[in-house]
Amino acid sequence: MSSVPLFSVQSLSKNYGPQLGCAEVSFDLWPGEVLGIVGESGSGKSTLLKCAAGQLLPSSGQVVYNTKEYGQREIFEMAEAERRLLSRTDWAFVHQNPRDGLRLNVSAGGNVGERLMAIGGRHYGDLRSAAIDWLERVEINETRIDDRPSTFSGGMQQRLQIARNLVTNPRLIFMDEPTGGLDVSVQARLLDLLRSLVRELGLSAIIVTHDLAVVRLLADRLIVMKDGRVVETGLTDQVLDDPQHSYSQLLVSSVLMP
Amino acid sequence: MSDSTQHYNFAYLDEQTKRMIRRAILKGLAVPGYQVPFASREMPMPYGWGTGGVQVSAACMVPDDVVKIIDQGADDTTNAVSIRKFFERTAQVATTEHTREATLIQTRHRIPEHPLVEGQILVYQVPIPEPLRFLEPSEVETRKMHALSEYGLMHVKLYEDISQNGEIATAYAYPALVNHRHVFDPSPIPKFDNPKLNHSPAIQLFGAGREQRIYAIPPYTTVKSLDFDDYPFVPGRANQVCELCGADNSYLDEVIVDDEGGRMFVCSDTDFCASRQGLQFSQFSVAPVERA
Repeated sequence: MSSVPLFSVQSLSKNYGPQLGCAEVSFDLWPGEVLGIVGESGSGKSTLLKCAAGQLLPSSGQVVYNTKEYGQREIFEMAEAERRLLSRTDWAFVHQNPRDGLRLNVSAGGNVGERLMAIGGRHYGDLRSAAIDWLERVEINETRIDDRPSTFSGGMQQRLQIARNLVTNPRLIFMDEPTGGLDVSVQARLLDLLRSLVRELGLSAIIVTHDLAVVRLLADRLIVMKDGRVVETGLTDQVLDDPQHSYSQLLVSSVLMP
Repeated sequence: MSDSTQHYNFAYLDEQTKRMIRRAILKGLAVPGYQVPFASREMPMPYGWGTGGVQVSAACMVPDDVVKIIDQGADDTTNAVSIRKFFERTAQVATTEHTREATLIQTRHRIPEHPLVEGQILVYQVPIPEPLRFLEPSEVETRKMHALSEYGLMHVKLYEDISQNGEIATAYAYPALVNHRHVFDPSPIPKFDNPKLNHSPAIQLFGAGREQRIYAIPPYTTVKSLDFDDYPFVPGRANQVCELCGADNSYLDEVIVDDEGGRMFVCSDTDFCASRQGLQFSQFSVAPVERA
């Protein structure tokens, strides 16, 4: 393992006026590691994710990323062009609602190819074969390549969104409730797919969710948030099986066991 | 009126407005392809009838200008006739139908066939200046994309064309890269005309009245139509010859001539066609339809 973390958040705070988004959050993410952020609605986990992904300017604190070319860089000190380039090449962002992450009036192939075209892909045949390759990897039939995502089911849309994001071989993937709004069997397939992709490609990931089953399957490490603050961190099994903080205990005991 | 104030309202617009528009034009020329916002005025014609082009023309016009107005290549259609009359009345400038005589040409949807020369100004009427508009609805986002040269989305459109139609089916308003920097919408000219944008000796100005944007291509500027390596840009043209003048290298209109499905192909550029036939323009016309 390398001596520098891939991604590091240092005492990050975000206020919406007097309203607290999240406060004094710090964590490191190492290459190949999957970090889960759990907490109830309104606990600041989505705010944290947006700040970390450079989509929202934090009120204070730092977000440092170990870039391929220049080593460690504070992302909000980068020029906007550089940050946007980073976020569509070396990073990926999977939205909860695939409609936010896809272009619904553009075919599946076009959706997958967009990132490649954005970084200079100008060969139709190559774009096409990359799209076919990725559709296959996310278990979407090649015959659907020219169909619009609006004709896809929710699970397929979510898998297409993942393909569209991973086509540039990013090293870090942000996921905001990736399984939200899907039924359980589709969720299971998606989780299976995500787990194999993350392991296969050696991706680092930050997953925000309120679903403890998701983090149990995917995450190596866990951050539990409440009212904008981190209340507990630790290895996933450790936190879920032996929660220390009263809120973590509440969270774990709230899960219905079938 | 004294001599010094006689030109005050030359060419309809007041001098402050012309000054504002000229500043926008100069900025546009300095940054080729960049859409410069300007305070578009109410004009005595509806939006969509060339209010942007008329304002740009009026701001450039001098009393010595010889003005030509074309609409879809023709000098005799409603839009062209009304704008020509407008400038005859408000600026008392000479007008012509011959491309080579004109110093200022305002056009809707065509570039004249006769090659333009140095000293000529070609003004385009533009309905929608933003090439990314139908792909990205947010103006904030498209301006950011222009600022950061993020033009991948434009190729997504061309990709969609090929995947749906087997070729780049965009036939007009074909996006192009100006001066290696800005992707721009050349207004709805047929893609047949796109190569004429490149290294043109004339100044090319684009005015969008409703959208309040002006952009420009200075003379001898590189304009490259976007394409893929394996699907290169092809300027399209009906595979016919003009039935009136026999031209096989001009852009053709398909004209329906009767109610029985009869049709003919004729040059869309009426001046070009008439001069090839050796006719004066007034003699040139397609026979009127006989109604049953």
